[in-house]
Amino acid sequence: MSKLGSLGQRMYRGEISFDFVGRRKTWYTISAIILLVSIGTLVFRGLNLGIEFKGGADFSLPNATCTVESARGVAETESGGQAIVTVTGSGTVRVQTETLTPNESSILAGALADACGIAKDDIKYQVVGPTWGAEISKKALQGLGVFILLVTLFLTIYFEWRMAVAALVALAHDLLITIGIYALIGLEVTPATVIGVLTILGYSLYDTVVVFDKVKENTRGITGQSILTYDDAANLAVNQTLVRSINTSVVALLPVLSIIVVGALILGAGTLLDLAVALAIGMAAGTYSSIFVATPVLAQLKSATPEMKALATRVRARRTQIAKKTGADSVDGGDVVSSDSLSRSVEAGERSQPKRVSRSKRKRK
Amino acid sequence: MATPVRTRPWRLLSALLVVLVGFSVWAFFPGTDSSIRLGLDLQGGTQVILVPKPVVEGAVITDDQLAQTVEILRQRVDGLGVAESEVTTAGSGADAAIVVSVPGLNQDRVVELVQQTALLDFRPVWSVFGPTSTTPTDADGAPIEGAVSATDVEVPVQATENSVEFQTEVAALDCLNPTNYSGGTPDNPEQWLGTCDQNGFSKYSLQPAFIKGTNVTDAQAQLPQGGVGWIVSLEFDTEGAGALATASTELSALPECGTGASPCNAFAIVLDGVVVSAPRFNEPILGGQASIEGDFTAQEARDLANVLKYGALPVTLEPVDVTTISPTVGQDQLSAGLIAGGVGLLLVMVYLLFYYRVLGVVAGLSLVVAGGLLYVVFIVLSKTIGLTLTLAGIAGAIVAIGITADSFIVYFERIRDEIRDGRSLRQACDTGWIRARRTLLAADFVSILAAAVLYLLSVGSVRGFAFVLGLTTVIDVLVAFWFTHPLVVLLGRSNFMQRGSRWTGLDPERLGGVSLADAMAGQSRRKRREGSA
Repeated sequence: MSKLGSLGQRMYRGEISFDFVGRRKTWYTISAIILLVSIGTLVFRGLNLGIEFKGGADFSLPNATCTVESARGVAETESGGQAIVTVTGSGTVRVQTETLTPNESSILAGALADACGIAKDDIKYQVVGPTWGAEISKKALQGLGVFILLVTLFLTIYFEWRMAVAALVALAHDLLITIGIYALIGLEVTPATVIGVLTILGYSLYDTVVVFDKVKENTRGITGQSILTYDDAANLAVNQTLVRSINTSVVALLPVLSIIVVGALILGAGTLLDLAVALAIGMAAGTYSSIFVATPVLAQLKSATPEMKALATRVRARRTQIAKKTGADSVDGGDVVSSDSLSRSVEAGERSQPKRVSRSKRKRK
Repeated sequence: MATPVRTRPWRLLSALLVVLVGFSVWAFFPGTDSSIRLGLDLQGGTQVILVPKPVVEGAVITDDQLAQTVEILRQRVDGLGVAESEVTTAGSGADAAIVVSVPGLNQDRVVELVQQTALLDFRPVWSVFGPTSTTPTDADGAPIEGAVSATDVEVPVQATENSVEFQTEVAALDCLNPTNYSGGTPDNPEQWLGTCDQNGFSKYSLQPAFIKGTNVTDAQAQLPQGGVGWIVSLEFDTEGAGALATASTELSALPECGTGASPCNAFAIVLDGVVVSAPRFNEPILGGQASIEGDFTAQEARDLANVLKYGALPVTLEPVDVTTISPTVGQDQLSAGLIAGGVGLLLVMVYLLFYYRVLGVVAGLSLVVAGGLLYVVFIVLSKTIGLTLTLAGIAGAIVAIGITADSFIVYFERIRDEIRDGRSLRQACDTGWIRARRTLLAADFVSILAAAVLYLLSVGSVRGFAFVLGLTTVIDVLVAFWFTHPLVVLLGRSNFMQRGSRWTGLDPERLGGVSLADAMAGQSRRKRREGSA
């Protein structure tokens, strides 16, 4: 069995416990810094919108033999405006101008084909009117609104409203970080990027739902005991699903990374690459947030309720009692105790049931 | 302990087999087309997104008008004779957009065709000239100061009567200039018109219209029996037939056009301000049925018939997005997408195999089954509802590899948890499933919700992506329930897994056997075990 497997085993039993919930202030600070940077870049730098959003014409000339200068010359003469000419991977020249009528763009495509020594039919071009981009953005935002409404409803019914809120906080976190990184690097935002971001919606929530389901299971009837606080139970859930979270992220990122590599090697810029980059950023953020943001926020919301406050008081009282009895441990309450007492019980558990393990050993011999 | 679960693995597996075989037979039924339809971005072609605007400012476009427009555009595009062309609408009311997709590379013709939106009318020809601009000169041949020159006039040149100014302007009109012969500006049918033909070969001076496009009831491209070339036959309504009878009687008596005669015996079919065709009348046409003869190719005849039949749209259309993708680029995208998908799938399988050993094999098989099911279902949907595979769709499928594999991971981790709780392997496969199933359904429901909302509210490539994402999620659930779970249960009952080995991925010893941690965490379980705790 791989090391991760035995790590998973020890985390499941609470021997190794990462304090995700208790150290929420640390995670909040990290997230807050990333978010501030994201928002700052968004405000001051803005997004590099593709022509689909701001209107314009975009010509791709594969295997063009002309120089950037000559292509720009042709484009500016024909379009009567400014032209941006870049060379992308595998010798494709890309010409962007302000929006043109279909006739003008056809004429410009012909002129570029002549100048760059390729057939007009090989040129890929796109012309977008300036209002259309606004239309697409409006649709995407509408979709976002409706989706969030429905998903809040679902999470509230399936879990409870606090979980819905925590999941949405994590979602907003992921979306902001993804968009922020786009602004920071200056990657072009295309419809494919929008698809990617919208997928992150689904993925981020999917990831959070899996963790929350475990939290829900762990905290069922939690008020009927006085060993674990809600924070402890939630933290145990995150630890128990951590191996799954890591595996899932690896498995989800592998295909996306393969798109990025294949896309960059074979295609250069394009729909696939745009999509994969957005997904890679969003998925990484999604995994982070389901562990470090969603559950801590949930635990915080939940711990503020009267029942959980009462539970926390009871647990503290019980722990002080145990500490007095044993006397040896230097206990001052809180999370340290919980992981301590957990691992102690675990050892006791193993000692108390040694037969099962040895039976399987016997069988193999 | 939880109540024992009785899973009937063979029954579940046969249910999946029935579904798989059923779709396969449907997909590959002999004599039908069993290929996946590719979207424009993969096979190359032109896509034009049009936003309809009412002809009268401020008016509201009704659903009827929209449907009529789509029908007209569909007829025109079908008239191109390109298989798998599509005209679809997205949204409704003020937000409506029409998406025209034509595979193959005919960008200019597609744009031209869908843009021919405006008024169609028939006008008697006054006279025909060469395309060049002529400026009035004085006795010495020098241009007269302040006279009308080519830069002063553009199509359509209109006047209420055949005045001298009108004639000078027509003379100055430059029909070699593309802006003048490409059309796009509707003319006023009540007035005289000076314009060019759509190829910039000649220039016309035309009288007010005698028939409007709306008077045409039918137009067909035909190859008459015994005839030498293609003709376009026309049928008119009563009003059109009457006007045609009068006009043809008058016109057919006049001298041939192009000989400097004015008026002459031809009529011009004017679309969007330019002359599409200018046939001459051979004889009076009294029956309301006419045919246009000329040196038409089959294509030209069909195009002209389409223009005549569907010339006048109830709305004006503004092309807001014109995308052309060359077939070679499309091919590259397709192969890159497939390679990326294949590599991604392989990597995921290797990882799962490394981590989950025998269970990893089950996961790999499940992914293959899910992939196979997706393939045949896609073919069936291509056949039945015309679903096309786009690059965004491929991306959706690749992303789905991760989400599908996650279902297996959730299940396997649950089984491990159950074994850690001290359950036997056989029990763990079943009780672990019950817990994993709930998580799976909840998480997949969110995915399907996202896909459905995206599909309903978006335009273009986002839709294709959303559809594939939704489809793969449903397949994911199906495969997890009917393939992965029963297979794991069967494995769990096998001797190999029962013996326990480091290759099973579920070795109780390695996983740590029993723990009490969960007894503290999960109270429900704690209660069940009150005795031992």
